[in-house]
Amino acid sequence: MHSLIDFLLTYWVQLVCAVIIVAVLPLVAGYIVLMERKVMADMQARLGPMRVGPHGLLQPIADALKLLIKEDIIPDEADKAIFWVAPLISVTAGMLAMSTLAIGPWFQIADLNIGLLFIVGISALGIFGIVLGGWSSNSHYSLLGALRSAAQLVSYETAAGMAIVGALMLAGTLSTREIIATQNDYGVWFVFAAPVGFFIYVVASIAETNRAPFDLPEAESELVAGYMTEYSGFRWALYFLAEYTNMVVVASIATTLFLGGWLRPFAGTRAFNFLDFLPSVLLLGVAGYCFYRAPKQPVKIQKMVLAAVGAMIILVALILAAPLLAPAGSFVASMKAGLHGAFWFLLKVGLYIYLFMWLRFTFPRYRFDQLMRLGWQFLIPLSIVNVMGIGVALVLHRHFGWSHWTAFPLTTILTLAVAGLLAAAGEKQEKTHAIVGEEA
Amino acid sequence: MADQRVPFATHADSTVLGADEIVLNMGPQHPSTHGVLRVKLRLDGEKVIGSECVIGYLHRGVEKIAEHRTYTQFAPYVDRMDYVAAVSNGLGYCEAVEKLLGAEAPLRARVIRTILTELQRIASHLFWLGTHALDIGALTPLFYCLREREEILKIFEKYCGARLTTHAFRIGGLQYEAYDEFEKDVERFCKPFDKRVDEYESLLTGNRIWVGRTKGIGILTAKEAIDYAASGPVIRASGVKWDIRKAMPYAAYDLYKFEIPTGKNGDTFDRYIVRMEEMRQSRLICLQAIENIPAGPIMGKVGKVLKPPPGEVYHAIEAPKGELGYYIVSDGTTQPYRVRIRPPSLINLEAFDKMIRGHLVADVVAIIGTLDIVLGEVDR
Repeated sequence: MHSLIDFLLTYWVQLVCAVIIVAVLPLVAGYIVLMERKVMADMQARLGPMRVGPHGLLQPIADALKLLIKEDIIPDEADKAIFWVAPLISVTAGMLAMSTLAIGPWFQIADLNIGLLFIVGISALGIFGIVLGGWSSNSHYSLLGALRSAAQLVSYETAAGMAIVGALMLAGTLSTREIIATQNDYGVWFVFAAPVGFFIYVVASIAETNRAPFDLPEAESELVAGYMTEYSGFRWALYFLAEYTNMVVVASIATTLFLGGWLRPFAGTRAFNFLDFLPSVLLLGVAGYCFYRAPKQPVKIQKMVLAAVGAMIILVALILAAPLLAPAGSFVASMKAGLHGAFWFLLKVGLYIYLFMWLRFTFPRYRFDQLMRLGWQFLIPLSIVNVMGIGVALVLHRHFGWSHWTAFPLTTILTLAVAGLLAAAGEKQEKTHAIVGEEA
Repeated sequence: MADQRVPFATHADSTVLGADEIVLNMGPQHPSTHGVLRVKLRLDGEKVIGSECVIGYLHRGVEKIAEHRTYTQFAPYVDRMDYVAAVSNGLGYCEAVEKLLGAEAPLRARVIRTILTELQRIASHLFWLGTHALDIGALTPLFYCLREREEILKIFEKYCGARLTTHAFRIGGLQYEAYDEFEKDVERFCKPFDKRVDEYESLLTGNRIWVGRTKGIGILTAKEAIDYAASGPVIRASGVKWDIRKAMPYAAYDLYKFEIPTGKNGDTFDRYIVRMEEMRQSRLICLQAIENIPAGPIMGKVGKVLKPPPGEVYHAIEAPKGELGYYIVSDGTTQPYRVRIRPPSLINLEAFDKMIRGHLVADVVAIIGTLDIVLGEVDR
């Protein structure tokens, strides 16, 4: 008993963080879905969900309830044990990967010294859930989806890994906390030092999370739903949860590695200190919109809910503003790092996910062979060149005393030239090797 | 009982399933077979090495129904064949019966028919573009296309009260006079429409992924297209300049100037370009037609009870999907002895197996989409 209390006393922060992740992440995933539907509706000249709650704000909860009470179907021919356990593997891997991510300086379960390696390794396990789920369903659509998924993840994991390596060379550490600290010291986010690496990571992370235009494993117009075809109800919801968790994970990795993590833009420059007020101002704007829309809702309860949402956002804005207004040195002022860090981190993650959605609603889907060609013949060679380029830049900077401003742009331009060459070569090959019918 | 999974044996070379091969059953319930088409695919990995289309899930016996209805009664039924282009179906049937009767609709009626049919062609092509892009994974064009199509459906609704299965025409002419704002409405739709087509093209034509997904997919050479008796955009994309509106003018098409867009390679990309260009040409026809709709009666002299003399007639029109033909045999009574319909979707679908062989599963939906089939018309 004593040891348990000891344990709780030592690790209460981590435990609270873990509980928050497990409890809140499904909700967050639900609201990302709502955001996606709203973004999609905006781009497609329509309104999106509007019925459940004001502007559809309660839609995720209604969806979750519906999925919970649906009949739980396991096909007769399926391998029941594996069918049962596969979605759990996916979700667990996604959630575990969250554990070493630092959402602001305060919120982190464990600051492992191999942090990023751990995340990459764990999130790669999630693919087992997909492959096993597809295989155990005993359906051709599922099987094809799982096969595609396996091949795709293996290919793009390599490119993503190499992109990460580039940023790690700049940081010189695997710990998420220290990577962000290094970016603070450099005074520049790594996206500006290694833009090509960032680009590769964006493309590879979209492919890794099975998002359009690389959503072949679940291409709804070809394979119905790919590996999830036979799943329904809550098991299906788990796969969905895993997918959106993975989106948050890759967005967090990109934020940590390339976008300066929880750092404010121009964190080191005093002249930009007014940006500290941006979070509160942004939220007040959103709250103002809520109050503006509230009287226009058709039902009284919706008016009240929207007004309450506005009030809550004002509360958050005030909490974010409090450390800035409090006298320096007080306890309230010391909360600035944690609160504002979390805000900036989540804002960047949100913008990254928005980029995913934007791409999804703009592009058609790749075909499988095109996807593989893009991965192996363009992204992987480019990511290797990118790593070499960053290495050269670092040597020039550290041993030959070149400044950042000459070394990094130079190697970036060289890397881009290689990218051009690769693209040209790919184009040429595509012309000669186009697969066309009649060979069967 | 596992050995009961017998491969389909209609193709001579597909009686035995190799060790690496699976049979994938696509449809009849599938998101992108455009209705209840069932395709059995023999796959080696993801590569399609054989296919068979199973049709008939939407068979309603339209041709048989015709034998038990009078000529007038049967007219609304044809709207239910290609329900995406009901106006064109009606035009073909009405003109075929008029030919059988030896009557002709007055010029005013023919011009209004032309306008409505061309609007219907635009609507059909818009629907095709949206769903085709959706099949290939572009979600957004669908909603833009439906937005534009809605404008056309509103014009139909104002004209005859119905939006989808319109039954807009009558044998011998029109039942309804064009409403007061008709020209204005058509002009309001057509004037900015070329900009809209440019907008869709800006989303798709230059897109690397779109080009990669459509170029070189499902090639049909000019000779093959003719051998398969393909028609409509499918044959024109293969470079054959065949359009019944020009070859055997009907309605009022001989009055207007328009081009027949053709492709070169006969692949999915060319069919896409041809249809985009056809929408622009249809817009031009509509604009020319509303400039001067001649005055006069809208109904010809055909009598209340239609009793065509014994004989037979074949009349074809250029429907949005291709040659839509009606072969009607009359025995001198009020009911047709036989009505045979040549649906363009069915004939075009026959080229499917030829087009898909050697391509991947993902191309199956692209090719089904590019053929622009409507199962109501395939099965009748």
